[in-house]
Amino acid sequence: MKVLVPVKRVLDYNLKVRVKPDGSGVDLSNLKMSINPFCEIAVEEAVRMKEGGGGHAKDAATEVIAVSIGPEQAQETIRNALAIGADRGILVKADGEVEPLAVAKILKAVIEAEKPDLVILGKQAIDDDSNQVGQMLAALLDWPQATFASKIVLHAGKATVTREVDGGLQTLDVELPAIVTTDLRLNEPRYASLPNIMKAKKKPIDVKTPADFGVDTAPRIKVLKTAEPGKRSGGIKVKSAAELVGKLKEAGVL
Amino acid sequence: MRKVLHADGATLAKQMAEPLEALIVPLMSGYDAVLFPASTTGKNAAPRVAAKLDVMQLSGVIGVENATTFVRPIYAGNAIITVEDNQAKKVLTVQPTAFKAAGEGGSASVETTAAPAGPFKSAFVSEEMAKSDRPELTAAKRVVSGGRALGSSEEFHRVLDPLADKLGAAVGASRAAVDAGYAPNDYQVGQTGKVVAPELYVAVGISGAIQHLAGMKDSKVIVAINKDEEAPIFQIADYGLVADYKTAVPELMDELTKAGL
Repeated sequence: MKVLVPVKRVLDYNLKVRVKPDGSGVDLSNLKMSINPFCEIAVEEAVRMKEGGGGHAKDAATEVIAVSIGPEQAQETIRNALAIGADRGILVKADGEVEPLAVAKILKAVIEAEKPDLVILGKQAIDDDSNQVGQMLAALLDWPQATFASKIVLHAGKATVTREVDGGLQTLDVELPAIVTTDLRLNEPRYASLPNIMKAKKKPIDVKTPADFGVDTAPRIKVLKTAEPGKRSGGIKVKSAAELVGKLKEAGVL
Repeated sequence: MRKVLHADGATLAKQMAEPLEALIVPLMSGYDAVLFPASTTGKNAAPRVAAKLDVMQLSGVIGVENATTFVRPIYAGNAIITVEDNQAKKVLTVQPTAFKAAGEGGSASVETTAAPAGPFKSAFVSEEMAKSDRPELTAAKRVVSGGRALGSSEEFHRVLDPLADKLGAAVGASRAAVDAGYAPNDYQVGQTGKVVAPELYVAVGISGAIQHLAGMKDSKVIVAINKDEEAPIFQIADYGLVADYKTAVPELMDELTKAGL
């Protein structure tokens, strides 16, 4: 079984987000960029399907391909996936913001060329928080989808996926090929070892452009302004539970 | 609301993404926009509809300025963007807590529309829903949340459940408490969990990591109970009580009883 894992390069999740003073966007200059955490979970799951682990039989996946759509530096994100254990990479070089719909169209073309049996991707990127690409891709391919996965069990020709939904868990069977998007607790990604980081440098990365796939990446949505969220100023310290209840009554929330 | 379209069929029983797409896409020839709540059901289905209509979707909308201008958070609410969407059809998921509920008492007509027949390539197997008489977390007017300071699952429920019941509140948790196994996954409030904006949010033993604040900072009144007076949660709390929850929560329960709750 061939598994494709799209990965995105985003501002490292440990860093503080700063809005540019002129409101033109978020300041990313000279800041550490990393693989999107949900994408990293997707890579880990695919590699476990290859190595055996996380409930998967060894060699359940025969090949794991990491794809990234982004600037030249997204190569580093692909290398990160290769260091976890993906076999090869595809970089679709595109500068500037590429919207989820365009990303899904590019991925559809990659999938038509690579013919994977399963595509695992993060449920959302922590930069634009769109939570769209997996679902859009499934629709464009007319494939079934299981989003927000916390468990994946592979069978012949299908996958049983447990999803984190509001109020609990839902389990689905999806026919393969299918799209699965990862939630936070699907697995805990490993730290790539130094030998594997070295090995990753030798693994092949194919470089393409959106034009190779005939996809127009011109944005459909125009961002007019980027602002800091409304600041909440701290309130007061109360000395006792009695004083607290008094204040809550005054505030009209009891 | 002028009209309600009602589709009733076995394929829609679990509101799965593929049948919802099959239901909604054909209907869109007669509409300019479709709005889904930013629930797991809405987030699951909306992008399929958008892709089939060849439009970009706007996710988690918190403000509508006019017919083409919308406001939404990015970076887990650490930045807010105002965007212009001039596409012929609009597909939005909206954050229900950001809008006031419309009043009841309308007189919409109800029309039946056919449920999609299928077959579909995904099938429902089972579900495990948390059984609770408490309100749903994202819709609750009051939320009581616990953090890692609670120390165990037993303690989490022993301390928070009675307080939540007294307040008629939903129970939430910080990611730290969920990761430590003190509370189930679906309790998690924060960037990677649920976004809530109740009238009253009571944070017990929560330090206030950015990840958590992103999920609750739009609450009307925030109360923090924490024994560490340096905890970041106090920087956004309207009322902070520096105290050990072990004594503060029982006292709060007594005071609420005295106040007639």
